[in-house]
Amino acid sequence: MTDPILQTVGLSIRFGGVEAVRGVNLALAERELRCLIGPNGAGKSTLFKLLTGQLQPTAGRILFHGEDITGDHTHAIARRGIGIKTQVPNLFDALTVREHFWLSARRTNPRARAQVITEDILERLGLGALAGGVVGRLSHGLRQWVELGTVLAGDPELILLDEPAAGMTHDEVARTAELVREINRTHALIVVEHDMQFVRMIARTVTVMHQGAVLVEDTMDQILKNSAVRDIYLGKHGGA
Amino acid sequence: MVVVGVGGPLVVDQFGLLQLTVFASMCILALSLGVVWGYGGILCFGQSAFFGLGAYTYAVTAINLGESTLAIVLSVVLPGVFAALLGYFMFYGRLSDVYLGVITLSVTLIFFNLMNSTAGDAYRIGSARLNGFNGMPSLPTFNVPGNPGRLLDPTETFYLVMALLLIVYVGLHALLASHFGRVVVAVRENETRCELLGYDVRLHKLLIFTLGGAIAGLAGSLFANWGAFVSPNVFSLGMTSQVIIWVIVGGLGTLGGPIIGCLIMQYLATELGTQQLANTSLIFGIIFLAFVLLVPRGVVPALIAVRARLSGAVRARVSGAPRTRPIA
Repeated sequence: MTDPILQTVGLSIRFGGVEAVRGVNLALAERELRCLIGPNGAGKSTLFKLLTGQLQPTAGRILFHGEDITGDHTHAIARRGIGIKTQVPNLFDALTVREHFWLSARRTNPRARAQVITEDILERLGLGALAGGVVGRLSHGLRQWVELGTVLAGDPELILLDEPAAGMTHDEVARTAELVREINRTHALIVVEHDMQFVRMIARTVTVMHQGAVLVEDTMDQILKNSAVRDIYLGKHGGA
Repeated sequence: MVVVGVGGPLVVDQFGLLQLTVFASMCILALSLGVVWGYGGILCFGQSAFFGLGAYTYAVTAINLGESTLAIVLSVVLPGVFAALLGYFMFYGRLSDVYLGVITLSVTLIFFNLMNSTAGDAYRIGSARLNGFNGMPSLPTFNVPGNPGRLLDPTETFYLVMALLLIVYVGLHALLASHFGRVVVAVRENETRCELLGYDVRLHKLLIFTLGGAIAGLAGSLFANWGAFVSPNVFSLGMTSQVIIWVIVGGLGTLGGPIIGCLIMQYLATELGTQQLANTSLIFGIIFLAFVLLVPRGVVPALIAVRARLSGAVRARVSGAPRTRPIA
């Protein structure tokens, strides 16, 4: 196996008496697609905030391409090539869809190239008709795509997606799954998702988190057979 | 703006020309807050701190040197540097918006009290006496660069101030259309997203705040030159709230708005002051309240919205199509 693109060593964060993330050891290979699942409060989104520098860990380290990025500023981490679609989309509500993609593309590209990338992403996501519209008026599902497109326009090496299919119709979920597979041809991804149908569409390796720690890491088939996983999702006595 | 700039001296008398000159100087001050607040999203309650600093810098330098060119330059640089220092502590210290307002307001009031208590011979910088609350009278006015004996007459001063206003206005337009300017607006909209895209939010806020301070300083030097006088009132609460009212009345998030708001309110202030019908501050307070309640977005954005609605209605009638496009 080649060196991992991302590695966490004993990553933990404590809020008062609660340890939201407990000693997480994660290794992600280049161009790997990893699904991260777990019930509410398992620490998935908190883990993403640690990885992007929005929260500082109380213990442990984060390595990106073998370099320690623990404690770096959020913008510095983003500059290294980690992009994230957050759980609740973080967008510029008064700005247009096109402006979002342009701002993201322009950070690393010259003016003309940024323009090309912007139009390309608009077409790829089928958002051309909405390009000049203000993002604050869009539905949740469309906002999800705008944020996804914004992340893609910056072309980060590693993409974190926090619940990319939330608020979408069945067809939209299927399209998002296809998009994720397409992105995965050139990028490494970690996807947090509750929608099991969606996870089944894209998953290879799945990491299950529970109460801040990694419970199990395996292929999707094995995870579905795992009784411990069933227990935390359905309750100890809830199995059919 | 160009029309007024070229035609002004041909139409109005000497007094009117002086009025226009001070209006234009104040428009530059309005623009400085308009860009910091309307585009940078930084509510600076103490824009007059930089304005006053610019005015005093001009006064002290011009008296000491007897020549105005360097004084004007310094009156831009010094407030800019001061804004950069203040901004560094505020933005890199991650202070929230509320504290930002409190701190900037406190800073200008500290200057106000400080300058008020500089009466007496002991308080002088070089040969310039600060004179406390009495202010500094008989300042040397603008001269032709390198020729202190050749002072600008009111018409020339007017042209200079109008040219500076135009440069600031056009320059800010260009800046806001640039990559930097667009990121500044994005920072106003969502700081977290900017950071997640790799933009340094603190740096962008610091730079736009510094620029705003420098422009306010320029306005200060023009104001000091206009009356050949400067007093601690440039730092006063009335001064600083006036700028905020201009921007609110004209329209936040536009460049034309602060200029229009400044002109309307200055004209009103002059008229009310000469009529003596009612207390100017009282009227200003009422206008301010009325705008916040009735036209919260200000004159210019409201007019733009009305025009869009009118042309939209016309277009809808012509094509028979609904005006708003359904989203997805």
